[in-house]
Amino acid sequence: VTADFSGLLRELTPRVLGVLVRRFGGFDECEDAVQEALLAAAQQWPAEGVPANPTGWLVTVASRRWTEVWRSEVARRRRETIAALLEPPAVPPAPAEDDTLKLLLLCCHPALTPVSQVALTLRAVGGLTTAEIARALLVPEATVGQRISRAKQRLKGAQFTLPPPAELADRMVAVRHVLYLIFNEGYTASSGPALQRIKLSAEAIRLTRQLHALRPDDGEVAGLLALMLLTDARRHARTDGDGALIPLAEQDRGRWDRATIAEGIALVTRALATAKPGPFQLQAAIAAVHDEAATAAQTDWPQILVLYNLLHRVAPGPMVTLGRIVALSMVDGPRAGLRELDTVAGDPVLAGHHRLHAVRAHLLDLTGDAAGARLEYELAARRTLSIPERAYLESQAHRPSS
Amino acid sequence: MKYVILIRHNLKALELWASMPAQLRAEGLAAYEALTEDLAASGELIVTEALAHPSTAKVVSVRDGEVIASDGPYAEVKEHLAGFYLIECDSIDRAVQYAARIPEANFVEIEVRPVLDNISVDM
Repeated sequence: VTADFSGLLRELTPRVLGVLVRRFGGFDECEDAVQEALLAAAQQWPAEGVPANPTGWLVTVASRRWTEVWRSEVARRRRETIAALLEPPAVPPAPAEDDTLKLLLLCCHPALTPVSQVALTLRAVGGLTTAEIARALLVPEATVGQRISRAKQRLKGAQFTLPPPAELADRMVAVRHVLYLIFNEGYTASSGPALQRIKLSAEAIRLTRQLHALRPDDGEVAGLLALMLLTDARRHARTDGDGALIPLAEQDRGRWDRATIAEGIALVTRALATAKPGPFQLQAAIAAVHDEAATAAQTDWPQILVLYNLLHRVAPGPMVTLGRIVALSMVDGPRAGLRELDTVAGDPVLAGHHRLHAVRAHLLDLTGDAAGARLEYELAARRTLSIPERAYLESQAHRPSS
Repeated sequence: MKYVILIRHNLKALELWASMPAQLRAEGLAAYEALTEDLAASGELIVTEALAHPSTAKVVSVRDGEVIASDGPYAEVKEHLAGFYLIECDSIDRAVQYAARIPEANFVEIEVRPVLDNISVDM
């Protein structure tokens, strides 16, 4: 029952915050007031029931709180006369549709670092408390508190309006990136039973859904949502009972979530048919081809290679290069892949990167060079920063040769 | 990404520190304070501690189920850990910039190491 309340509260957070910022200005103080209103609701609603107009209730309580703080601030500056004139308006203005978008753009403002953008987005748009964010990100609460207050200081004077169209496109890139970061952060494999953690991947999907509802014609938002869904659909098959990683080719596809896959495929299909194909759409399309294959052997690798070639043109990067080489190997054979790998090994980002070694190990394995593969798996295991991935690579390195 | 900044001392460095004029040492401590404050203010600090002198350490081992705790054999050890920072920032380059602000970087080597993460990735 409590979960329902917190879900509703988090759904309403950006709308309430939007109303306050439009009414009073000053994102920092408004955000504090909304957090207090959310706390009050979390305490009162379970006992007294949800009010008939929950948004109005939250706006009223938050406005009252804002007024109190403002008055005491003004009183502190000995300007009581002005404070006495201020009364909260009786009827809250209706929430505006694009408040959520404006808030997302503000939280992902270019003046902030990505870690601050993530924390602020989770609080101001996601409606999470600082403590919940800290538990989810596995950092101390004081650290998150500092990130948020510092971010809000930096935003002082920033306008709560949609940027001009020319700027909007760039700013949307940052919003999508932050949502993607939150989704990836949610991919932590282990969560001890004692640890009650907000599912950040689910939170990222929820926020991206909201954004997609506001901007249905933004192909990259649709692509991002599709990518999240198509990746998340494999969640139950990605790890075994011990939390060890299972590579895509070995996953039990019966455990993939078919409904989520269908939704993701529909989204990316529509986006690719109507919008200019961007990196998230292409990544989603690649995920969709994997998800559509009934078995790993039935994967349409030529199609994946075409998509990687497009992705390489639109958004080149080291991980795209490697993904393309894996696809190429599946189409033209591992030796073709190894030759291609040699031509990119000098790339400063890829040189010594664990993924380069992991791909080479896999390809050497396919050519029958077990000793060479083992060496490369060991190099990869030593260089990865991910515990589950290291465990997987070590198991590949030490697996009895067949 | 999380990084740990390890400040490793050696006896020579300790002697050097002890022989420094009081004002220089005070400047060193102030530099530490400023570094810690900046890291805390930016939300990048997770934890930092300075460690007591290695002569106060116990060395613990378990052999055949028996716990043996002895005073550290630090006379022969060339290096010891003097303190650390655990930070979270956007790149190792930024962590390196912070590490370079540690006063001892002028006479010992500071190590910056990424922390292993539970984040798993699609293979």
